[in-house]
Amino acid sequence: MSSLTDRYMRKVEKSAEQKLQEKMDALSQRTGMSESDMFSFADYDEAEAEKTGYSNYSYWRSTLNMFMKNKGAVVMLVVMLAIIVFAVIQPYLPGQMDPNLCNMDPLTYITDRNIPPNEKYWLGTNVIGQDLWARIWAGTRNSLIIGFSVAAVEAVVGIIVGVLWGYVRKLDFLFTEIYNVLDNIPNTIILILVAYIMTPSMGTLILAMSLTRWIGMARFIRNQILIIRDRDYNLASRCLGTPTWRLIVKNLLPYLVSVIMLRMALAIPSAIGSEVFITYIGLGLPLETPGLGQLIDDGRKVMMNAAQRYQLIYPTILLSIVTISFYIVGNAFSDAADPKNHR
Amino acid sequence: MIKYLAKRIGRSLITLVIIISVVFLLMRMMPIEGYFPNFDKMTDAQIQAGLEAQGLLDPVPVQLGRFFVNLFHGDLGVSHGYRNNVPVTEILADKVPISIQMGCLSIIVSLILGIPLGTMMARYKGKWVDKMGTLFIVFIQAVPAAVYYLMFQLYGTLLLDIPLLFDAANWKSWILPVFSMALGNIAYYAMWLRRYMVDESNKDYVRLARAKGASGNTIMFRHIFRNAFVPMVQYLPSSFLNTVIGSIYIESLYSVPGMGGLLVQVIKDNDNNMVQAIVLLYATVGVIGLLLGDIMMTVLDPRISFGTKEGGR
Repeated sequence: MSSLTDRYMRKVEKSAEQKLQEKMDALSQRTGMSESDMFSFADYDEAEAEKTGYSNYSYWRSTLNMFMKNKGAVVMLVVMLAIIVFAVIQPYLPGQMDPNLCNMDPLTYITDRNIPPNEKYWLGTNVIGQDLWARIWAGTRNSLIIGFSVAAVEAVVGIIVGVLWGYVRKLDFLFTEIYNVLDNIPNTIILILVAYIMTPSMGTLILAMSLTRWIGMARFIRNQILIIRDRDYNLASRCLGTPTWRLIVKNLLPYLVSVIMLRMALAIPSAIGSEVFITYIGLGLPLETPGLGQLIDDGRKVMMNAAQRYQLIYPTILLSIVTISFYIVGNAFSDAADPKNHR
Repeated sequence: MIKYLAKRIGRSLITLVIIISVVFLLMRMMPIEGYFPNFDKMTDAQIQAGLEAQGLLDPVPVQLGRFFVNLFHGDLGVSHGYRNNVPVTEILADKVPISIQMGCLSIIVSLILGIPLGTMMARYKGKWVDKMGTLFIVFIQAVPAAVYYLMFQLYGTLLLDIPLLFDAANWKSWILPVFSMALGNIAYYAMWLRRYMVDESNKDYVRLARAKGASGNTIMFRHIFRNAFVPMVQYLPSSFLNTVIGSIYIESLYSVPGMGGLLVQVIKDNDNNMVQAIVLLYATVGVIGLLLGDIMMTVLDPRISFGTKEGGR
């Protein structure tokens, strides 16, 4: 019996020793010191004693590192940037057509309608002979402008209201009551009503979409600020006489970067989606301003005819790529920008 | 509890009054064509007389007051343009039942599909079920509903070999609208249920259950699922709201003779009274949905204290 125990103990000790040895080897390899160096007394060295430690942690570098680790998101980021750049430079490239020109045959003066994709019209023409390739890129451009404007308004208004709401205690009750009322109104209704009442234009759409989106942003920022406004380091800052605006900009807002970026990135797919919906209802952009939503709605009208279906499919593909890339990049960036995920 | 309920209901009522007033005031800014069936053929004198007869020349507060009085009598005015001089309430009474049927069906479908999906994703976190589910959720969330509804309609009708438009007598034509209405909710339920279940599974009571020897499935379904489902309940009434809004697009895509298609139609017809009435109805449904959601939460979960929760969701 005892011999069994002994044998077992010996085995355990042996494996433990082995593991210890492995660890020591790894350690000496990492530090570049031999085992005896590590366990000898260190001499007193004045220069060494004066050395102070510092962290080379940089918020933006860590964010970038975390983001780069997510390969799928990096691919999507490249796709996203490529689409944005191409949408901007496309009209200046050689051989591009005017998106609003109804092309005609120069000999017969017959409109080139519903021509399937060929060498002249890369993605074909629509029912009134406009070049679909040019229209798709013009539409992407306009949709992106709408999306970015909505995101910008949301960020500016949302941050200002959210900071006031969270930081100024006296305003909290008032803002909370206002929020309770506004949050109860379905967004779609406001969107429809504003678009119904005003004349269709890009400004109208941007206004209609911006009217409701800032509420959620303000709410979120308010909650975050309530949590961190009285943390010790902010209290210390205040005692040291830091002006309030500096406290907000330097101490509070950096905490919220990830949320703000996420909501801004998501504003673009959602603005494009709203545009599709509003166009379908008949309140969308005017005809001479193509948007992706408008193109999809035009395509919808001819979609049951298999020969003309390309007019729906191409805008849909581009729109899906744009929205999915913004969604994935936004989510990945907000994960990366969250300091809790930095290691 | 009663105090909380009274406060919550009171707040909803105030919200409704504000919404109604705002909608009413916005409607006064509309072009006046929407109040006449044949505006183009009328002389100025006729238009003035018509406006006078409808009380549209009175001061706005008087109009608003009269509108509220009429509202309490169940009178929302008459339609101009969509169906001339037919009371709005009569038109709505025809249309509401079919929307309710469709909305309820779609919620049942989304519960039947969404809850198992979310549960499976949480149970086999990181496995292929989870990955496929995440892919589905990302797609549904990122691509605008208006776009995948169209694809669903296009390829669905080709696949099932049915006509594009809805026909209540043909059961096959219910499938596509109901499922496309459900898609968004399926993704929504699955995403939140998965998140709540993953959160719950890190808690102490789960560790205790595991320590006392309960099997994985027992823990998953008897302990975690029950706790994770409570916050889901809050979304149930709101998803009724979402089907109402989603159905604006779907019903008009498939020409379902319900409320959603009606709104699009009357907007195209410039029928002010109808737009006003339908917007009112939607706002009411929305407010009641949120109210019910909050009440159900507090009733179902005894841990939630009454009155301290500010601001709803």
